[in-house]
Amino acid sequence: MEGAEIIFTLPILGIPVSETVVNTWIIMGVLTLFAIVSTRSLNRIPKGMQNVAEAVVDLFNNFTADTMGEQQKGFSPYMGSLALLLLFANLAGLFGLRPPTADLNTTFALATMTFLIIHLGGMKKKGIKGYLKNYIEPFPAMLPLNIIGELAFPVSLAFRLFGNVVAGALIITLLYGALQSLSGMLGITIIPVFQAAIPIVFHLYFDLFSGVLQTFIFVMLSMVFISMAVE
Amino acid sequence: MEGITGRELVMAASAIGAGLAAIAGIGPGIGQGYAAGKGAEGVGRQPEAQGEIIRTMLLGQAVAETTGIYGLFIAIILLFANPFLRLLG
Repeated sequence: MEGAEIIFTLPILGIPVSETVVNTWIIMGVLTLFAIVSTRSLNRIPKGMQNVAEAVVDLFNNFTADTMGEQQKGFSPYMGSLALLLLFANLAGLFGLRPPTADLNTTFALATMTFLIIHLGGMKKKGIKGYLKNYIEPFPAMLPLNIIGELAFPVSLAFRLFGNVVAGALIITLLYGALQSLSGMLGITIIPVFQAAIPIVFHLYFDLFSGVLQTFIFVMLSMVFISMAVE
Repeated sequence: MEGITGRELVMAASAIGAGLAAIAGIGPGIGQGYAAGKGAEGVGRQPEAQGEIIRTMLLGQAVAETTGIYGLFIAIILLFANPFLRLLG
């Protein structure tokens, strides 16, 4: 499996735009379109698309309130958008797109956002002094270890998502290659018999199950760590 | 060892190294299995708390998985973005 392909290069400064960015744009477009269409004519009694939008918002509000506590409900929009983006990104493999999360840049960007919220939220809550005091507890000699421990969180968050998605995509690619050479060996080249049905089970596990699970885990871990920092 | 260039030697060693790095998967496998077993025990004892137990179990398993993912990451780097080959030029 190769890295993300460069689709085109911006004329200004020669910035390369990779497959990851383009696929993220597609996902952003779909989500934005859904948000606009479903909330275009809001009624007191919801009908049609408004029902779906309200159900999604309600789901994330309740989920955030359950995990982080009622007073941290303000994080619901961040968590909701994170979850929707990750869900669509992880499921992109089903539509033949390269998942944007199969790129360390995407996962690291998202993990960095959570990392910043954790630390800025901690500073806001405890004050700069109280926040810095955390690093020399239980005793000052623990300072380097504490710093490494804090830095390990975004790294592990990003690598976990990246590793899972890439491993899934890699196994699917290898499977397609193996099935192709199998049908080639049997002399069936016109209709790819083996590639048609066998990968479905693997797509179910690696794209659907693993994708939804990793979305849930990423959002859940973000919630747990943020609520630990700002409480 | 005649007829083997340095480049080929590095490639072969990298492939072996990638395989060795993937052994890191043993640890998370044992850990996740243990967590799942405990989760099943918990559900058996308290079926009404199933949702809560599954959520906690998945969270713990995700954290336990981290070391395995690091191993996988090393393997992927050795196979697809080998830094030693680049050093050879």
